[in-house]
Amino acid sequence: MKKWNIIAMAAVLAIATATFGGSYAAEKLKIGFIYTGPIGDLGWSYQHDVGRKAMEKALAGKVETTYLENVPEGPDAERSIEQLARTGHKLIFTTSFGFMDPTLKVANKYPNVFFEHATGFKRAKNVATYAARFYEGRYIQGQIAAKISKTGVIGYIVSFPIPEVISNINATMLGAQSVNPNMKVKIIWVNSWFDPGKEADAAKALIDQGVDVLTQHTDSPAAMQIAEQRGIHAFGQSSNMIKFGPKAQLTADTDYWGDYYTKRAQAVLDGKWASGDTWGGLDSGMVVMAPYTNMPDDVKKMAMDTQAAVTSGALHPFKCPITDQDGKTVECKGGDHLDPGQILSMNFYVKGVDDKIPGK
Amino acid sequence: MQMFEAIMLSVIAASTPLLLAAAGELVTERSGVLNLGLEGMMIMGAACAFAGTCLSSSVIVGALCGVLAGVAMSAIFAIFTLGLAVNQVASGLALTILGTGLSGLIGAGFVGQRITPAPQLHLPVLTDLPLVGRILFGQDAFVYLSVALVIGIWLFLYRSRAGLVLRAVGDNHTSAHALGYPVLKIRALAVLFGGGCAGLAGAFLPLAYTPFFIPGMTAGRGWIALALVVFASWRPGRLVAGAYLFGAVSILQLHAQALGLGIPSQLMSSLPYLATVIVLVLISRTRGIAGSAAPASLGVVFVPDR
Repeated sequence: MKKWNIIAMAAVLAIATATFGGSYAAEKLKIGFIYTGPIGDLGWSYQHDVGRKAMEKALAGKVETTYLENVPEGPDAERSIEQLARTGHKLIFTTSFGFMDPTLKVANKYPNVFFEHATGFKRAKNVATYAARFYEGRYIQGQIAAKISKTGVIGYIVSFPIPEVISNINATMLGAQSVNPNMKVKIIWVNSWFDPGKEADAAKALIDQGVDVLTQHTDSPAAMQIAEQRGIHAFGQSSNMIKFGPKAQLTADTDYWGDYYTKRAQAVLDGKWASGDTWGGLDSGMVVMAPYTNMPDDVKKMAMDTQAAVTSGALHPFKCPITDQDGKTVECKGGDHLDPGQILSMNFYVKGVDDKIPGK
Repeated sequence: MQMFEAIMLSVIAASTPLLLAAAGELVTERSGVLNLGLEGMMIMGAACAFAGTCLSSSVIVGALCGVLAGVAMSAIFAIFTLGLAVNQVASGLALTILGTGLSGLIGAGFVGQRITPAPQLHLPVLTDLPLVGRILFGQDAFVYLSVALVIGIWLFLYRSRAGLVLRAVGDNHTSAHALGYPVLKIRALAVLFGGGCAGLAGAFLPLAYTPFFIPGMTAGRGWIALALVVFASWRPGRLVAGAYLFGAVSILQLHAQALGLGIPSQLMSSLPYLATVIVLVLISRTRGIAGSAAPASLGVVFVPDR
């Protein structure tokens, strides 16, 4: 090889080693985040980013964070997660259900990196899972909807038929049925976590068909805005969407990840990180209800009472007996309520839901 | 019948961005340039339009910003493919990626802001007509613009000399060049027009459809618009049919789900695309063995002295 080529190669190698050597020798803990949508979605990914910033603030000077947004669930996710693992990040949060298998694959290749997968159910020695008990918030929302709705039909905009979505629909209906046993629900699957145009179209279709309370399990405030435009009520999802529905929003099932992220990062700093599952709800502050607005005082009081009962454990949204769509009583494995495993793998609708789970 | 009116209004809103973007792309492709950067131009149009409206409190200024953003993006495309004779497919794809990223950067500061959406027409007696009042006379400016645009493009392509020259350039740029027509200049103008239309289509989304900006809000509509141009066999009349077919099936599948018809939602979500393919197969059967109706020089790089 030519002399200059060899010198150039040596220079490149030296610089590369210095860069990578430099990052390993860095004092700060590098933490990576993978978001499935944009942090500007003002919904799911936005809340995770709020959590990230809170953690950065709480552990200022000790951590350095990176995030990758708009990472599609699927094969591309593996590349993105691996990119973070390769560049010295010791703790990586993958914030969507669809990142489950890619996370495990990369975790296999990088046993010294810790992974935290949100809303999943597969764990490994270096992969933990975490989620929030959104269903607790949904139960309260169902009760409010039953009181507020004049037509007796809730409109539900959902993404994919995964157990988390199904359990949330069920929790909403169980809450609604505790106030109005004849409450009905109309469900539209938009097959995407984030598509503002389609969510808006779905909202319009539901309103045109006579629903007057909307709720969603998708990530943008489009439906809330349509609710505001059309003068009906809606529930925000993941973030407080009051800005988009000042007269429409009743409350929102907001996620608060900051404390959890801080705790886990501190565990890595202390060398005490261990895999496991965390499923926090209203009691641990991972689910926070947005202020109750746009409702009469008696409904507000009922909501706050229910919230207190659920937080203290006195009321469990999935208390037995639970009857499924076909009329069969569901086996009760958790004593007087369904156990976490049953909730996490829920693939049936409760009685009163007139929809068929797609693909079942 | 109120349901019919409500559904039609949703369908028109869903089809308009597709129609706007596809109409511009039709002119571009008729001149022989394949612009795959439509999605990037649309999302740039959306970001700049929303930014413009936030800063100036005027929907018209915002729409103009959107159009200019589309024109600017397509100007980059024109420089590469026409000026430097770069492969059109690669340039278009690169511009899509550039547009998607750049729009996120530009729009990041405006996420979460609210604007007053584009006003809808209200004529005293006509808008209040029972069935068709709001459908025909109660739309916002973008819808009327899209209809006017398609009519204008049809008149231009088939009833004007300039349009004839454009079609000639698209079908055989070597002959057109031999006849003395400025091939590259004509193509450049067509590309800029297409980019402007894409920017306008993108502007429709945050200014009228869902009045906020979120990165990625076009959600693939640019690609659908590209497919619609092929569906339309590069003819404006069929383009309207294609755009409205796609929009109608998209909205109807949501209504069908809400009605609880029990058909799997994944199948329903794929219906718009299936319907478009089926209709395309049906209308292509009558063509015969002559082959595709595409402009013969579509996508072929033209360099004058070769």
